[in-house]
Parts: sequence; C-alpha cells; structure tokens
Amino acid sequence: MAVASSGTAKVTLPNDQDILITREFAARRELVWRAWTEPALVERWWGGQRGSMRSVEIDLRVGGTWRYVMDAQGDFEVAFNGEFREIVPEERIVTTEVFEGAPPTDAGDVLNVVTFTESDGRTTLELLVQCPNQEIRDAIMDSGMEIGMQEQYDVLEQLVVTLD
Amino acid sequence: MARAATTTDAFNAVAEPRRRAILDALADGERPVNDLVSALGLAQPQVSKHLRVLREVGVVDVREEGRQRLYRLNGPALKPIHDWVKAYESTWSERFELLDDVLDDLKKEAGDGSGQ
Repeated sequence: MAVASSGTAKVTLPNDQDILITREFAARRELVWRAWTEPALVERWWGGQRGSMRSVEIDLRVGGTWRYVMDAQGDFEVAFNGEFREIVPEERIVTTEVFEGAPPTDAGDVLNVVTFTESDGRTTLELLVQCPNQEIRDAIMDSGMEIGMQEQYDVLEQLVVTLD
Repeated sequence: MARAATTTDAFNAVAEPRRRAILDALADGERPVNDLVSALGLAQPQVSKHLRVLREVGVVDVREEGRQRLYRLNGPALKPIHDWVKAYESTWSERFELLDDVLDDLKKEAGDGSGQ
C-alpha cells in the first residue's frame, strides 16, 4: 500500500521512517553516475519544474560536502546541503541531507543512500531516504504535497506534449 | 505538518507493516478474519487488534454475515494517502525527465548512444 507511480519512477514507503525512490534509465551506469555527481550536469535536472539552480557545489569525497541552491518559483531561495559518508564510484553514495529552511532538530541526520545497478546497458537507480523518525519522513513527503499539487496538471500536460 | 489531524491517523495506521499487509490482503476483496489469520501467519488476537485500528481510522469497513464478520477496504479513505505519495513522486518524476535529457546528451558526446 501507499504506493503510487507515474511514468517510470516509483515511490514506496518501505517502513515508518524511509522513502524509496526507484527509476530505470536508458544509459550505462557510468553516465548516470556523472549526471548525478557533476555540478554542471546536476544543475540541469535537480530543479525539476520548480525552479532553476542558482548553484551546485559538490566535493565528491568521504567527508566532503555538497550544497544545492535553487531559485524557486515565487522568487525564494531553497537550499539543501550534506556531507558524503560513503562513496563507491559508479555504485553507491551515502550522504546526509539537510534542508536549510527546516527548524534545527536533535533527532539526527536524514541519510540518502543511492545505488546504481547496470543491466543490459540500462541503469536502475535506487534512492533510499532514511529519516531519523516518522515525523521527519512525513515532513519530507509533505513538501511534495505542498508544491506538487499546484503543478501536477502543468507537468502532465507537458508530458503529454513530449510523448507526442 | 500540512495534513489534517484526521488523516494523520489514517497515515499512521497504514505506516505499520502488518497493517499494510492486511490492506494488501483485502485488496483482492472482502475476507473474514480467519482468512486474514492464515494469509498473514499471525495470531488472531493480533490480526483483530490491527483490524480495530484500521476500522477506527476508516480505511477498513466491516459487516456481519450470519456468524461471520467480513472486512473490506474503504477506497475513498485511502485516497489521500495515495495522493500524498503521488505528489512527492511528481517532484522526482520531473527531475528524472530532465535527467533523461542530460543522459541523452552524454550518450551523444560519448558517441555510443545512437545505436542503443
């Protein structure tokens, strides 16, 4: 239950605290890894339809940090940052993720575990968002609700056009 | 939290893995409690306890038929949860659509994409 899917992306809630996002890409793992870790490439997709990227900084090494800043529609700035905990090139990244607008909490870090698996020239990406508790998990999900609902029709329309 | 208190209950009810398993079992149709006990491999008191929680938040309905109580899903009560996940998912769908474009360009650069 608690599963929805559109296109080829899938979001599931495997337990009380986690979110699992899965997507397959028609590209070799090496390329998906680059698109995920090179700032100039991340800039092109991370904002989705919500805004343009003001800056993407990535220091890809264990203990290194990253910071993404987006100009959201409505002219406000949204920023996320984190620290790399584990890096296995082209296979796996573990990093913390902090939303800079959220009130500080002692609950612990949100951990993103990204795995890249290649099969027949296609790459499956799994992003497991591990939250310290259910409240934080739900707050992250809520962020999709607040921004997402207004835009869903626009996005659908665009998708239909590109599928033409 | 943007959600209303009443739906928070339903969200919490559905977050428990055993209760999700019950909902999955009921997705195929109405079932008596004994069916659920054997399908889930849990003791009856446990199943009954979970069913009570699910009924209290309205995602499961019950009716009497003879000496049996039959449980079924209440779809409309589950819809907010479905929508909630779906909205979050749209964030990532948008990103991935753009990521597809990035990958297309990388494949062209690498000169190995046109044949795939």
